Amino acid sequence: MSVDAATVRRIAHLARIAVSEGEVPHLQGELNAMLAFVEQLSEVNVEGVEPMTSVTPMQMKKRQDVIDDGDIADDIVANAPATEGHFFLVPKVVE
Amino acid sequence: MTDLTSLTLAEARKGLAAKTFTSLELTDAHLSAIEAARVLNAFVMETPDQARDMANAADDKIAKGEAGPLAGIPLGIKDLYATKGVRTTACSKILGNFVPTYESTVTAQLWRDGAVMLGKLNNDEFAMGSANETSCFGPVGNPWRREGSNTTLVPGGSSGGSASAVAALLCMGATATDTGGSIRQPAAFTATVGIKPTYGRCSRWGIVAFASSLDQAGPIARSVRDSAMLLRSMAGHDPKDTTSADVPVPDYEAAIGKSVRGMKIGIPKEYRLDGMPAEIEKLWSEGAAWLKAAGAELVEVSLPHTKYALPAYYIVAPAEASSNLARYDGVRYGLREQGKNIIEQYENTRAEGFGAEVRRRVMIGTYVLSAGYYDAYYLRAQKVRTLIKKDFEDCFARGVDAILTPATPSAAFGIGEKGGADPVEMYLNDIFTVTVNMAGLPGIAVPAGKDAQGLPLGLQLIGRPFDEETLFSLGEVIEQAAGRFTPARWW
Repeated sequence: MSVDAATVRRIAHLARIAVSEGEVPHLQGELNAMLAFVEQLSEVNVEGVEPMTSVTPMQMKKRQDVIDDGDIADDIVANAPATEGHFFLVPKVVE
Repeated sequence: MTDLTSLTLAEARKGLAAKTFTSLELTDAHLSAIEAARVLNAFVMETPDQARDMANAADDKIAKGEAGPLAGIPLGIKDLYATKGVRTTACSKILGNFVPTYESTVTAQLWRDGAVMLGKLNNDEFAMGSANETSCFGPVGNPWRREGSNTTLVPGGSSGGSASAVAALLCMGATATDTGGSIRQPAAFTATVGIKPTYGRCSRWGIVAFASSLDQAGPIARSVRDSAMLLRSMAGHDPKDTTSADVPVPDYEAAIGKSVRGMKIGIPKEYRLDGMPAEIEKLWSEGAAWLKAAGAELVEVSLPHTKYALPAYYIVAPAEASSNLARYDGVRYGLREQGKNIIEQYENTRAEGFGAEVRRRVMIGTYVLSAGYYDAYYLRAQKVRTLIKKDFEDCFARGVDAILTPATPSAAFGIGEKGGADPVEMYLNDIFTVTVNMAGLPGIAVPAGKDAQGLPLGLQLIGRPFDEETLFSLGEVIEQAAGRFTPARWW
């Protein structure tokens, strides 16, 4: 399988990465090189094989449903580019 | 007094205990070495004040007889580890001047045991790379050069700063991370020892995530013993990481010098690649002969799905990365580029903040997870991963204790020499290491010799899950036979 220019633009939008028209052919070439490389997986017989979900055989641990952290709002907003009080500021989302 | 930077960690521990020198003297010696080696670009942030404070605190504890196992030992920290109050960027522009308000579990355990932080080490952006060329702080120089040449070579990656700093004697050991070979490949390129422990051995909490089902923390050190000492402090169960294994951490150092007599060492025939350089082949046979001379038994084994590990990795790792890196949106931390609306703000921020390799991997990951392609790519790759793991399980079930392979298909190469036209050329560096991440196993890279141009080469040992001890015992045999290698200083 390979991707065309329209698909490259669609993937970029899905990934929320701005891509200029001039970058599309180059990216298309690189993505297709990667897709050509992974193409060899199609020759593996995976009939009846379970997909891996956990590399080590372990039970998913569950924490107690209790509050064990908090009151760190200052810490949480400390690195934000724009804040007001304990809120993150973003451009207007709802008209 | 001998130059304090040339000691191993184990020797420094003895000197500190015997009060031959103080941690402050040891720390100052390394801070001076770092200053004199800035041309290597191994450190992206030096923290001398903090280092001296930590060294003084360690000296107090040593004086009071309360020294922890790493008391007063100066270390470098890969910039992927969150360090409280000290800028942490994963060497990406998108994290900008991110200053964590918390400490990663692994580094917290190192400080608990008395270690001293010298600063933050360069790495490939978000650990995506095999040459440390994708860092937003620029490439790292390998302290090793080809005989009679002035060309600067790459130290490997992604933990290139860690490997370069340890090899150049700028720190006594360093933290690193390994998703597809990022500890073992740079260790092999710089004649240092690097171990990627079993998946779940070290907590991933507070380490910038790349591909969560593959990422593992581990040390790069000057000797097998040093790496065992560091791993003991770094490992251990952490309730904050659900994939962290709740199993006891043994005293790894006790495995050093233990007899390997009667151990069965697998030599996998699929690792004998067409066109493999003769010197890699020779190194591999030599390593096998050393283990045999120490009493181990060599057996040929087959890992039939080996050739599919790298292509499966280049689906699984980018898929997980695209999901993990979705958090970099310019809202909560890091870089923000303006846009007409919030979507444009995201798109402009991520276009400006991510470098070319990261953009490429996030895009391929987005594609293989997108509607209509998930089954053909991602699900198939996860099935292939099951087969790769089963290959190893079958091998261990037949009584094999560890597997010996080359660590890399070549020695270090020049900056800009690889991957310019085709990204896959760079990816092939990890051909011998990536299988280990796909199967969640422990793997150690140990220096074993040099190529015709005088560049170091390493061997890899792969172990059973949670059996790092066997790797330390076998690694020590290789180190004793091969000796240790130090680069001639040119910086």
